[in-house]
Amino acid sequence: MIMQTHAHNVLPGDAAVLSIDNLSIEFPAYKSTVKALNGVSLHVNPGEIVAVIGESGSGKSVTAMLSLRLLPERAYQVKSGSLSILGRDMLTAREKDLLKVRGRDAAMIFQEPMTALNPTRRIGRQMLDVIIHHQQLSKADARTKAIALLRDMHIADPEQVMNSYPFELSGGMRQRVMIALAFSCDPQLLIADEPTTALDVTVQRQVLLLLREKARERGTAILLITHDMALVSQFCDRVYVMYTGAVVEQGVTAQVMADPRHPYTQGLLSGLPEQVEPGQDLITIPGQVPNLSALPEGCTFRDRCAFAMPKCLQRPPMQIIDASADRKSACWLSEVSPDAPSPVQESRS
Amino acid sequence: MAFLNMLRKRLGGLLLVVFGVSLITFSISHLIPGDPARLIAGDRATDAIVENIRHQLGLDLPLYQQYGRYMLDLLHGDLGTSIRTHRPVLEDLQAFFPATLELALAALTLSILVGVPLGVLSAVYHNRFIDQVARTLAVTGISTPAFWLGLGLIVLFYGHLNWLPGSGRLDEGLEPPPMVTGFYLIDTLIAGDTALFFNAAQHLILPAITLGFVNLGVVARQIRSAMLDQLGEDYIRTARAYGLSKWAVVLRHALPNALIPSVTVLGLTLGDLLYGAVLTETVFAWPGMGAYVVKSIQSLDFPAVMGFAILVSFIYVLLNMAIDLLYRLIDPRIGEVN
Amino acid sequence: MSPPITAPVAAPLPKASRWQDKLAYLTHQVRRSPLTMAGLLITLMVLLVMVFAPWLASHDPNALNLAQRLAAPSAGHWFGTDEVGRDLFSRVLYGSRQSVGVCLFVAFASCFAGGLLGCMSGIIGGRFDGLIMRLMDIMLSVPSLVLIMALAAALGPSLFNAMLAITLVRIPFYVRLARGQALSIRQMGYVKAAETFGAGRWHMVSWHVARNAMPPLLVQLSLDIGSAILMASALGFIGLGAQQPTAEWGAMVATGRNYILDQWWYSTFPGVAILITATGFNLLGDGVRDLLDPRQQGK
Repeated sequence: MIMQTHAHNVLPGDAAVLSIDNLSIEFPAYKSTVKALNGVSLHVNPGEIVAVIGESGSGKSVTAMLSLRLLPERAYQVKSGSLSILGRDMLTAREKDLLKVRGRDAAMIFQEPMTALNPTRRIGRQMLDVIIHHQQLSKADARTKAIALLRDMHIADPEQVMNSYPFELSGGMRQRVMIALAFSCDPQLLIADEPTTALDVTVQRQVLLLLREKARERGTAILLITHDMALVSQFCDRVYVMYTGAVVEQGVTAQVMADPRHPYTQGLLSGLPEQVEPGQDLITIPGQVPNLSALPEGCTFRDRCAFAMPKCLQRPPMQIIDASADRKSACWLSEVSPDAPSPVQESRS
Repeated sequence: MAFLNMLRKRLGGLLLVVFGVSLITFSISHLIPGDPARLIAGDRATDAIVENIRHQLGLDLPLYQQYGRYMLDLLHGDLGTSIRTHRPVLEDLQAFFPATLELALAALTLSILVGVPLGVLSAVYHNRFIDQVARTLAVTGISTPAFWLGLGLIVLFYGHLNWLPGSGRLDEGLEPPPMVTGFYLIDTLIAGDTALFFNAAQHLILPAITLGFVNLGVVARQIRSAMLDQLGEDYIRTARAYGLSKWAVVLRHALPNALIPSVTVLGLTLGDLLYGAVLTETVFAWPGMGAYVVKSIQSLDFPAVMGFAILVSFIYVLLNMAIDLLYRLIDPRIGEVN
Repeated sequence: MSPPITAPVAAPLPKASRWQDKLAYLTHQVRRSPLTMAGLLITLMVLLVMVFAPWLASHDPNALNLAQRLAAPSAGHWFGTDEVGRDLFSRVLYGSRQSVGVCLFVAFASCFAGGLLGCMSGIIGGRFDGLIMRLMDIMLSVPSLVLIMALAAALGPSLFNAMLAITLVRIPFYVRLARGQALSIRQMGYVKAAETFGAGRWHMVSWHVARNAMPPLLVQLSLDIGSAILMASALGFIGLGAQQPTAEWGAMVATGRNYILDQWWYSTFPGVAILITATGFNLLGDGVRDLLDPRQQGK
């Protein structure tokens, strides 16, 4: 796979399609509070493909869901920060305004194409629902548009797919339908929450290629939520690494892959087969993600970190590594100058 | 194939039910102290007459032969003769069945009209005030003694307000419409007698509310739980993520899918209503099977009770089959396995 | 490089207080559900009335006072009096002993008998199991209200026979539940292992099966109490249950029916008592189901 990094500005600007700033939210639970997001900041510029990577519990999916305010409204509390799409504040927006954003300005693709479509409604009706809702089209025009969209997704027989129920289609086909639906109203932003996790490896690739091709054609930005580092390296311009509800490292994908600064990122990368010499064991990160309702003070990764030191009892701020590329890392070790050997290489020698 | 299998299973079930019901009622009727022959003959009859009747009824035969005879008659559609009315049980039941069915259908309609919206509201506002109110109403429905509710309605709407009649299917002195379906609401319209139609409708209101209120709770709970299942599904999230409004999501996506599993439950409540009408009919002097069977039980008229039980069980099985068929029609996924 | 700092992620719960924690969690759950709370309070109230009826009643429930017959509710007779001048308030209070007592007996007796039979059926298996289950299928195929009425009529009208009839008819539900549990538990690895190591079948039953079959049986039990009281009062109403002069709510409503248009209070108060009691038990039953049925969790 050839890296396709776009040579455009990576810095946050007024034109950002998605911008999240210092966002913290909590889920009240029995006798405790689950701190799901703890000061997340990220942005997606027009046309960019940006990845958010992390283990389960890192807050990546919550971030995606919250972006369109899809979490159950009464279940969470916003503690600080802001979130806006195309300059519209999503956290304070009224339901009426949200309905215009969802699907039109920003669309979403989900993990399970099996269950993400209504099982008892034909594909065609489900597509028409969305198209007619956002665009002033007659039913016949909407139908023509839906068929065109499906054909554009390299679906050979759109009419037949339109007349099918979801269970009559394969997983890959369903995900193509989802992508067609996502592009149906030409959104500026597409949030894809683990879009290929449930698919076969070969289908995964086809679907991702399709997604990128169409996004580049239309200039749509993608926020890709994933736990798969290989996928990030192949498809994304920039990456945010999340851990326990906060971004711990960010930057242009190539830079992060070549020179990871946070021990957690290093751990994720060392899990990639191509990073390991033949004959060596695949390295996995020891220990478990800490309980989000009882996060330790300071750096939340320190119990799993081989380089933990007394200073880690304080929470490390995002350290700027390369301001022009918006490259940052939240580890005290990032202070070490870029020329010094990185901790992973040191420990392996 | 699946359909044939279903049919075979249901028919097997039907045989089991008929066998079971007859066996149970037969055993019960022969456990009781008291002598049906004596009952029929009356107090003044001589022993010889009683003996004669006993012989006629086959009561002098061994029990298994009596049961065999009963089953043989049953196969010919003969449910025996009522001790109380001295008429064939099947004729009695046929005469009373339409009234009961009309009442049960009216009650079912009412309970669905109110119960479905109630269940939907309950699920949409899960654990909030509206949900608590709706659930309280549903539990109250399930917990209300139908006979008492009926009396209350009679006191209020007949006794005090005098808005609605309190008993029967028509005012006294009015001739029933010519029998076509046996449903007065339909037969009066066929006869073109609107005055009689409104009279019949007025008589139906209170019994239907009484019977329907109890069922309302069952319907509302079923819809609530099915809706909660559906609202938790991924496709609901998709529909919301694409900008459909809350109520569009609820009514266009969640409700149709919640109704599919509910059809079974709602359909079976019709069976419950048919024999649940027993108490309501007694309170409102509604001339249906329920009131008939209560009188039969009180006078230990077991052929009539057995006939009623077998008929209702039979209807239950038929209803089950009808629901299975309906299910196949409305759920596109049924063919999936084959 | 300094050694990794080890700090506990979360303080482990002290072992000794586990049941206190469970209780606290239970209380928390019940508190969050006002309807369960209401059900619990009503049930407690009804049970208290049942136990303390003699102290709470203002009159002897069976004392006649023909001068005061069919009196309207007043300070002296809160719920009025019946056709022979008995105080209806006192009769409703005493009636709880019949009506609630019956439904508790019915629910517990059918749960116990059905549970035992079902467990045995599941564990013994073979022909015994087949026979029991066919029998239960037959019983379940008959409309229960009809079966109860027929049984009660055949046994002869009395409260005890009504109780017996309802109990018999409710048993199959518990048999099915308990048998299903017993079967699934027998399939579990650890029980099979115990079996190969020679642990006696019955030893196994008494522990694993009983412990695992309990929650679903309890859920069914708690949901059944409310319907049992309705059944019992329905039988009382059509004259197949409690007989005069027993103060039973259903029978009182039935007698009051004769005076319904002029003396509304006669039927009203016993009926309200049935309604409140059944509602209380049903709310509580729903709450118990939500707590014990894992499928309901997260809803």
